[in-house]
Amino acid sequence: MFTALFRRHALIHDKDGDVAATQSYQGGDYQGGTFHGVESARRRSLEVGRTRLLVTGGMFMLAFSIISARLVEVSIFKSSEALRHARSTEAAPLHVGRGDIVDRNGVVLATSLPTVNLYAEPQDIQDPAEVAKRVVSALPDLPYAEVEAKLASERSFVYLKRNLTPNQEYSINHLGIPGLSFEKGERRVYPHGPLAAHIVGMTDIDHHGVAGIEKKFDARLRSSSAPLALSIDIRIQNAMREELAKSIEDFQALGGTGLVMDVHTGELVAMVSLPDFNPNGTLTDQNAMFDRATLGVYEMGSTFKLFTAAAALDLGVANVESRYDATNPIQIANFSIRDYHALKRWLTVPEILIHSSNIGAAKMGLDVGTKNLREYLGKFGLLSPASLELPEVASPLVPNPWREINTMTVAFGHGMAVTPVQMITGVSAIVNGGTFRPATVLKREESAIPAGERVISAETAKKIRWMMRLVVEDGTGAKAEAPGYLVGGKTGTAEKNVSGHYVRKALLSSFMAAFPIANPKYTVLVIMDEPQGNKSTFGYATGGWTAAPVVSRVVARIAPMVGIAPIYDHWPGKGYGGAPEVVPAVARTTDLSGGESE
Amino acid sequence: MNMKNYSFARTDTSAVGRWWWTVDHWTLGALAFLIAIGVLLTLSASPAVAQRIGAQSFHFVYRQFVFVPLAVLIIVGISLQSPKTVRRIGAVGFLIGVVLMMATLVVGVEVKGATRWINVPGLSLQPSEFIKPTFAVVTAWMFSEARAKDHFPGDLIAVGLFGMVIGLLLLQPDVGMSLVVSAVWCTQFFLAGLSLFWVLLLVVIGLGSLVGAYFIFPHVASRVDRFLDPSTGDTYQIAKAMQAFSHGGLLGTGPGEGRVKEVLPDAHTDFIFAVAGEEFGLILCLFIVGLFAFIVLRGFVRVMGDENLFILLAVGGLSVQFGLQALINMASSLRLMPTKGMTLPFISYGGSSMLARAVGMGMLLALTRRRTGTGELG
Repeated sequence: MFTALFRRHALIHDKDGDVAATQSYQGGDYQGGTFHGVESARRRSLEVGRTRLLVTGGMFMLAFSIISARLVEVSIFKSSEALRHARSTEAAPLHVGRGDIVDRNGVVLATSLPTVNLYAEPQDIQDPAEVAKRVVSALPDLPYAEVEAKLASERSFVYLKRNLTPNQEYSINHLGIPGLSFEKGERRVYPHGPLAAHIVGMTDIDHHGVAGIEKKFDARLRSSSAPLALSIDIRIQNAMREELAKSIEDFQALGGTGLVMDVHTGELVAMVSLPDFNPNGTLTDQNAMFDRATLGVYEMGSTFKLFTAAAALDLGVANVESRYDATNPIQIANFSIRDYHALKRWLTVPEILIHSSNIGAAKMGLDVGTKNLREYLGKFGLLSPASLELPEVASPLVPNPWREINTMTVAFGHGMAVTPVQMITGVSAIVNGGTFRPATVLKREESAIPAGERVISAETAKKIRWMMRLVVEDGTGAKAEAPGYLVGGKTGTAEKNVSGHYVRKALLSSFMAAFPIANPKYTVLVIMDEPQGNKSTFGYATGGWTAAPVVSRVVARIAPMVGIAPIYDHWPGKGYGGAPEVVPAVARTTDLSGGESE
Repeated sequence: MNMKNYSFARTDTSAVGRWWWTVDHWTLGALAFLIAIGVLLTLSASPAVAQRIGAQSFHFVYRQFVFVPLAVLIIVGISLQSPKTVRRIGAVGFLIGVVLMMATLVVGVEVKGATRWINVPGLSLQPSEFIKPTFAVVTAWMFSEARAKDHFPGDLIAVGLFGMVIGLLLLQPDVGMSLVVSAVWCTQFFLAGLSLFWVLLLVVIGLGSLVGAYFIFPHVASRVDRFLDPSTGDTYQIAKAMQAFSHGGLLGTGPGEGRVKEVLPDAHTDFIFAVAGEEFGLILCLFIVGLFAFIVLRGFVRVMGDENLFILLAVGGLSVQFGLQALINMASSLRLMPTKGMTLPFISYGGSSMLARAVGMGMLLALTRRRTGTGELG
């Protein structure tokens, strides 16, 4: 085809008579004509024009060649650019609203689903009564009178119903009523319902966080659709909630709270508060929304003795052989400090914990001294609010002014109130070898684990662990044992202070545990609010009878989940991992080998 | 007409007979191919588009089948005319076009933010389309007159007319068409012997206006941004077009088997080249490119030996216009430049543009007919 382009050049050889004639005629004219000014200018322009036509033609040939080359490239070689381009367009992410909240293993705790909201523009509604009738026929759960009032209103925009199902959307569309429209909406869904409701929190109708993580991280969840990972392990959370709920029912308690913390990272892997609520529904019950674990401040009672003992041993004002006279109650001011399980004799430090002696702890507290005790409690994070990433965190109630009498009562957990989160964080700092790390409900990656601050020596930590084990083996905490998992802990039973008076029958019964006690991985705290003793507990409602069994069952359930193998030997290595050579009279060893799980 | 062998005898001196023996058969043949391919691709691409906008399947096909014979008539009708008549047609057509464009600004119909259309009972006209070929002829006339006669201010008149046309186009606004008109006008000035200093200056001004358009017109900026960085915006059409070429490969998927027409809003107009690529493959696409290149270069070659400057400038202008239009459309579809709503001559669906292109090609054929003479228009 292209040869035709060049035929013009060969015209002179063409047999075509017309062209030959043209050519010869032109030639004749050229030679015969006279070259006056205009004529020569005309000829010059013609020559310039021809040359430049060649240039222009060359540029066009180049352009068409580029087009051809590009065609070959995209058609045959499927250029990587074309493919990448296509992919990037196809993979364009759909609009997703608020970011998900997930547990530490990526299980979704809160997510957003796209829905549609039905709204009306009343000025476009001709016959409100008729339209309302038809809308209600399609959506029978809407009250007719309300719909009609909305449609007849003067407003330019009214929501009729939010979060329609596709079926409902279809049936409204099917009515074909002008003035009714849909807008895209989203609905926050909590697939686990109440399971972690206090931590995850909830959003209002416009998807603003109003509680918990949803509130605290509202901006983050709005701006990024990347999931926010919590420290919670939903399996452990579930185990804790079920076991706690069972005991609350058994003992007809008002409520309770249960926490599990990773002692080496400060991560709360479970934090349950009962009663709780379903964030998918509408909430009215303020009692259920109250998070006992972070908002409740309680006089912890005997579990506080762990801190007193830790301070005393770490300072060196006492050692495991030190004895305190617990023969008689202490009378001070209008106050008497007495023992619940009174032995009426001198007690060693381990015995004070094992038998939970208030008298012994108070005297130990005096030995530590007011200033030192405050300092230690401060380092255990008990004097300032927990640094938790939740809006609902309460401040502790600390004696002010702090007198000697306060030191004595605080030493056994009275006259000072802290939140359960503070309690478990402080004890974690004891059992992990003496390092305090602030609590968190967010997942901590390996690199983000804070170095923490040393509070007590590793040696002191080891001794306290050993005593915690003795409490379970020989003392008030026997019912916390989970065979094979070496639970250690401390019971706590505090009379609730109701409007300034301690009420003997209104107890806050708790158990503060760690396992496996030789090298603890987790601490477990269970607190029950006003449990009632029953036949199985011979009427007792103390921590050792009500909270300890919850710990036992929770540990037995969660240890296999987190990969802790049972050890049917009471302590790995020799004699409680280097426990003191002088073993108190009460200490004995129990052969647990071959023990069966419950 | 010799009825015996169904062709024209050499001795036939009727108007049609003379036309047949002097018109450029090769260009005529190439145009016939283009129009045939256009019909084929409209049949293939437009039913999907028509269905999508809720029209009857063959809505665009029927309309195109009205325009195609009309276009053929115009091509033949105008190419029958003498160069002098063509020049008159150009001048008169240009005047009418300018008046209509002014009218457009007053009574025009706004479509997608630009006022380019004027409604005539039966069809909507785009006067600016008809300005293009006629203005090229008028420009050629002015430049050639200035060089043939002393004291004739042809260049000044050409500059003035150019300013007016560009002004009218930018008022619509129609940046793309101003670009083509400017390029054609500059090329003609270049061919007419503009000094190299001015040529360079025009190139600089041209580049300057491109940058200016980017900053003045938001839709231009948006298209350029999306071309330079596809992630900044919606590049859906171009991405689909690239997939279409890739999907078509060498031989294509076969007529009607393509998918791109189902998703591209402009499959029958701006992106018809992609439909060609998908259904008929690389072979047909290269053939189409070849046809355009052939028509442009053939026009150049035809006037290379012509003794008349007007003919050279007019044919040069008309060819450049035709070629540029095709290049811009194909380059857009191939992601070689930012997308620009421009039709592929004789192939894309579109009444105004097809008829205007017919006027242009009719003039080109008329001017490239073999003549005898000194270069004076007889």
